[in-house]
Amino acid sequence: MARKMKIRAWDNGKNTSIKAIIFHPMETGLRKDKKTGKKIPGHYITEVNCEHNGKNILTCLWGPGVSKNPFLAFSFNGAKKGDSVKISWVDNQGGKGGSTAKIG
Amino acid sequence: MDTTRRIILKATMAAGTLAVAAGANLLTPSTVLAAWPAKAFKAKKMDEAMNAISGKAKPAPSGDITVKAPDIAENGAVVSVEVKTTLPKVESISIYVPANAFPLSASYILSNQMETAITGRIKMAKTADVVAVVKSNGKLYTAKKGVKVTLGGCGG
Repeated sequence: MARKMKIRAWDNGKNTSIKAIIFHPMETGLRKDKKTGKKIPGHYITEVNCEHNGKNILTCLWGPGVSKNPFLAFSFNGAKKGDSVKISWVDNQGGKGGSTAKIG
Repeated sequence: MDTTRRIILKATMAAGTLAVAAGANLLTPSTVLAAWPAKAFKAKKMDEAMNAISGKAKPAPSGDITVKAPDIAENGAVVSVEVKTTLPKVESISIYVPANAFPLSASYILSNQMETAITGRIKMAKTADVVAVVKSNGKLYTAKKGVKVTLGGCGG
């Protein structure tokens, strides 16, 4: 399965901005398949970890109420250009993914 | 003498099986994510979710929290929400939609490196408030914003 994500990290002059999008169905488990009438099992990201140079800066705990292909934006202090930012995630079905970006 | 040895062997073997069972159980996804507060996310009522994640303390309304969301959301499946606060020592920001099947949408745990603003996209079943609860300096504060939803986004 293609599990992709995009991260953009840049120095905004004051601190570092991050924008990330993870491509994930974020199925709530409440929807029904129109053809079969069966419930579509829930499939959603539960935890996202954001690290700067290996140090955790933000932990996101997500539930099925987060939109499909979740988007995340935040800023943080104490980083400089060229530092690496790593974002990794796990979902309720044991799937996981992640990506790193250099602050530009 | 010999019988005691048998008993001990049996006992250790039984204990061994238990340990293996416990080990296997740990490998299921739900327990690997020990930090994920399943109870809070599966709660169907706002109060239950809030109790599970931040304790029984009632959050105090605060003007130092801004919840930025559209006044009218055409598509409830994707509602962009920004929570921003000027409160000091922010430990966590949680976003709730009381009218959703599962009121807790997301909860963010912030390190001290973080600027206290988070943007994300959430689902909304119908017209409702988006409630942000911020834990600052060990205390809870809240703010909300009403969003009119034309098309619900939780299915069902």
